[in-house]
Amino acid sequence: MAMLHTVNKSPFERSSLNSCLNKSKEGSSILLIEDAVVGALKGTKVADDLSAAIANKNVYVLGSDLNTRGFTEADILDGIKTVDYAGFVDLVAEHSNVQSWL
Amino acid sequence: MKFTLLINEGPYQHQASDTAYQFAKAALEKGHEIYRVFFYNDGVNNATRLAIPPQDDRNITENWAALAKEHELDMVVCIAAAQRRGMLDADEAGRQGKDANNIHPAFRISGLGQLVEGGIQADRLLTFGD
Amino acid sequence: MSDGIKKFMFVNTKAPYGTVYALESLEVVLISAAFDQSVSLVFCDDGVFQIANNQNTDGSGMKNFSPAYKALGDYDINKLYVEKESLEERGLSLDNLMDLTYEDEDDDWAEKPSIILVSRAELADLMDEQDVVISS
Repeated sequence: MAMLHTVNKSPFERSSLNSCLNKSKEGSSILLIEDAVVGALKGTKVADDLSAAIANKNVYVLGSDLNTRGFTEADILDGIKTVDYAGFVDLVAEHSNVQSWL
Repeated sequence: MKFTLLINEGPYQHQASDTAYQFAKAALEKGHEIYRVFFYNDGVNNATRLAIPPQDDRNITENWAALAKEHELDMVVCIAAAQRRGMLDADEAGRQGKDANNIHPAFRISGLGQLVEGGIQADRLLTFGD
Repeated sequence: MSDGIKKFMFVNTKAPYGTVYALESLEVVLISAAFDQSVSLVFCDDGVFQIANNQNTDGSGMKNFSPAYKALGDYDINKLYVEKESLEERGLSLDNLMDLTYEDEDDDWAEKPSIILVSRAELADLMDEQDVVISS
């Protein structure tokens, strides 16, 4: 089983998404929560990094945190999947361990 | 599956406690077990029973307390982190000669070993912080 | 996980003093030593500053907790992984870090370095094999 990484900071303010991307293995999963959800938007300066990650990792975004900040699934990069809290729980259960990039 | 949750940020200042609460609720609804919720760093401030949030906002401490009552959650506040920040239960206030206490009865104060033990006993330990 | 022993990894990513995370993480690490688990530490990103040598808090009034890292070896915590790229990005080398060692009981108590320099890719592999990862 692969590892689940969570990121909760905006990549425009802090570097934890970058740290996560460069220390997560192929086949692992990354879940963007809290302020990190804005990193999933289309057309940002980190869009290329995330698109590269999507090629060999599973990238998810917590939908309610996206909605809370005024965005929907239509606003995020193709290939990023939206989950709710139940989906968040499933991801934690399905992966071998979890690391929160704080 | 058994989860231990570690909450490292105080209420309102940061979303961490809210996220952890929503996660705990969803996990319990799916039939999972929350082995322990451990409050550390400024997360100990979630245990104050004296907060008065505006009426149109959520009451984070009461939300945790209600969830704990419904599911018999073990909510542990780190004693070292709590003492640093002036969070005391009645016993501790008496022992330290302080004139007040502020820990909500739904929480209990204990040592950091409870966090490590939570990591050993649970299938997953999940951190919510800043 | 085998024979009830879990692999705990404490990942330090933040600089010391500006926030309390480094100090309070170290307190968890010291407690964890009492539980006979497999414990390792990681210093990456700004976490590498936590073990910089010559920390002097006289002027700031902060508590200098850096000596506590030197005690880790006495607690049988001797796997301190430092990410090479994080050091380089910050203009640092091993010479800028404290001399952290332990005495190897399987080798006639010879004093050995606790710091293990690893690449980003090696670190990703190490994280992947843990049971519990606590980062701050």
